[in-house]
Amino acid sequence: MKTKQLCVAIACAGLMASAVYASKAQAEDSIYVPLLTYRTGPYANSGIPIANGMHDYLAMLNERDGGIGGVKLNIEECETGYDTKKGVECYESIKGKNPAVVNPWSTGITLQLIPKAGVDKIPILSMAYGLSAAAVGKDFPWVFNPPATYWDGMSMIIKYIGGKTGGLDKLKGKTVGFIFLDAGYGREPIPLLEQLAKDYGFKVKLYAVAGKEMQDQSSQWLAVRRDRPDWMIMWGWGAMNPTAVKRAAENGYPMDHFISVWWGGGEDDARPAGAQAKGYLTLNFAVPGEKFPAIEAIMKDVVGKGKSQTPKDKVGESHYNKGVYNSVMIAEAIRNAQKLTGKKVVTGEDVRRGLETMHITAARWKELGLDGFAAPLNITCADHSGHQPAYMQQWDGAKWVKVSDWIQPMTDKVGPMLDAAAKEYVEKNSGWPKRTEACDKAM
Amino acid sequence: MDILYSIFIDPFAQMIGAPDLLVQTLWDGLVGGMLYALIALGFVLIFKASGVFNFAQGIMVVFAGLTLVGLYEAGVPAFIALALAIAVMYGLAFAVERVVLRPLVNQPDIILFMATFGITYFLIGFGEFVFGGDPKVMITDDLYLPKGSFNVKMLGGIVNFQRLDIVAVVVASIMVAALAVFFSKTRIGRALRAVADSHSAALSVGISLEQIWVIVWFAAGLVALVTGIFWGARSNVSFALEVIALKALPVLILGGFTSIPGAIVGGLIIGVGEKLAEFYWGPLVGGGTDAWFAYVIALVFLLFRPQGLFGEKIIERV
Repeated sequence: MKTKQLCVAIACAGLMASAVYASKAQAEDSIYVPLLTYRTGPYANSGIPIANGMHDYLAMLNERDGGIGGVKLNIEECETGYDTKKGVECYESIKGKNPAVVNPWSTGITLQLIPKAGVDKIPILSMAYGLSAAAVGKDFPWVFNPPATYWDGMSMIIKYIGGKTGGLDKLKGKTVGFIFLDAGYGREPIPLLEQLAKDYGFKVKLYAVAGKEMQDQSSQWLAVRRDRPDWMIMWGWGAMNPTAVKRAAENGYPMDHFISVWWGGGEDDARPAGAQAKGYLTLNFAVPGEKFPAIEAIMKDVVGKGKSQTPKDKVGESHYNKGVYNSVMIAEAIRNAQKLTGKKVVTGEDVRRGLETMHITAARWKELGLDGFAAPLNITCADHSGHQPAYMQQWDGAKWVKVSDWIQPMTDKVGPMLDAAAKEYVEKNSGWPKRTEACDKAM
Repeated sequence: MDILYSIFIDPFAQMIGAPDLLVQTLWDGLVGGMLYALIALGFVLIFKASGVFNFAQGIMVVFAGLTLVGLYEAGVPAFIALALAIAVMYGLAFAVERVVLRPLVNQPDIILFMATFGITYFLIGFGEFVFGGDPKVMITDDLYLPKGSFNVKMLGGIVNFQRLDIVAVVVASIMVAALAVFFSKTRIGRALRAVADSHSAALSVGISLEQIWVIVWFAAGLVALVTGIFWGARSNVSFALEVIALKALPVLILGGFTSIPGAIVGGLIIGVGEKLAEFYWGPLVGGGTDAWFAYVIALVFLLFRPQGLFGEKIIERV
């Protein structure tokens, strides 16, 4: 009996040792890229295409190029359900595995991780979401929010509205309605909107939509009918977006005066309302479509080989390509880090430096097989956002159509407010560490 | 003074000044209330039969809707998909009775309550495994549900009626009335009340607990399917619908956990109350009141009528 127990114990120990060895071996010859995603829950309609885009681009690099710089990427998803608590649990579970970078994919989760990033030496990449003030590299060396902050996005929308009204000075006396998810994400651009309202003399009406009411919204849209705002701006997510588009159409709101930030620009946000959604506008920073060599490579090497969860007809959709954009930034940051350090397997600390020196020119986008996919991106030690432009796209009843040139954010308005907000954040969080990280030269 | 004016005078001045908007608010509240009542009805049916708050009712709405649309997307014609979805809900009721409830006969209510959590998480996982997390568009055209709206000029303005909302109210009313008659006037209804009072007493007089539970869970499944169709058509069919089911809780507190008419009246009070509050008083607190106002109404009722409007007053010998 004792011999049997001994044999079992030896077998178990052997099994554990081999598992530890295997995982250590994998850690030594690969770069660990965790993806915090949500394919389940009330926000899955927005989360799934982004998760697919992020995963597929990185998987394509593994398949086509053998990873980055000859090192395979160890891609692992952690399901957050867009729940801040679960997101933080995901972070805690992956932080010991030497992640190259963490993408929280939720403003709520990002806000929780910001104080942890510098302590754990893990860079946070919150692509076009999260805390706008984190663009100030001096105060937030570990947080990045390229290609544009929410405040940039709001300023672009007001600029577009100004253009349609005959100039920003013509906004005086107009009313702009703002319908938003009543959460950290939705409330984030309100300070800038209120400041711009003061500067240009327009009125703001706020319509908060609680998470539980996402699929109803009849009260909010009835209030819109009462207040008759000249323009409506939306900061919605998940099931809120398609419902808002439906309610706007039902209430007879002119759809070409209804503009969403980029996160309302998924096909599944407009499609459920059918032809009624025609005219609905959203910002975008990553051009949809599958006619890019990099996306074609994804189709051939990943989706075509059954190594993806993406249905073939969803490759290249609007949110999918935003996921691809996110992974392009991860990959470029890793490449930069490899060049800066001379190491093949880079750490979070190295990738932070890689992010801070990221410069994707139009020529580089072309080299990446994504010619015309996005505006050039330039992140620096001081500027962690880049404040890049976005364009307006319009739903034609079946697909998104580009209807404007690249719209530059009002950096003259946004910049000082970001600096002030960053300063306020630092003051409120006593003991916030002073930046000690050196700045590298741009790559 | 301004704040007092904003609370006590201005909203009523708005109601008088723009009566068309008041009618529109009341109509929207009525539609929302009927749909809340439908969800609450599912809870009431199971509570009456087993004395258990069925936490899984919300996910049953999602699961039923996804089954219907999922079958349709797999190539099954709409009405056959509808029939199959009904069959699936029967299968679910049968499985719940056989696998979950039967082994727990005579266990404390809290055990059964916790079992419904298990059913919830199973259905979430199973639903996502089979249908994925993607939202689906309800097959309104194929089910011949009307689309669009019409405007009625009244009270110096326009009141807009969505055709789908009218059908939803009519169907919900018929369903509620039919279930109320079925469970109050039939032998099964009486058996159901006996089961709710005591499992062992009901068994001793020859009532088949298994049969009652299957019938009740199937009825709750049917209610979930109808709810899924109409909520799905108003927005889309996704796991976000599960959250709406939480709205049934204040409805139940208000109407009483055991009363079918209570579910309806409670649903209407909550539906109309929260719409009026959000529309006229919401701007005073930055909006978003419909997330919590229903619970405030329920709390007020709890203070004065803990058993709800139509609930049975429980008197126990101590």
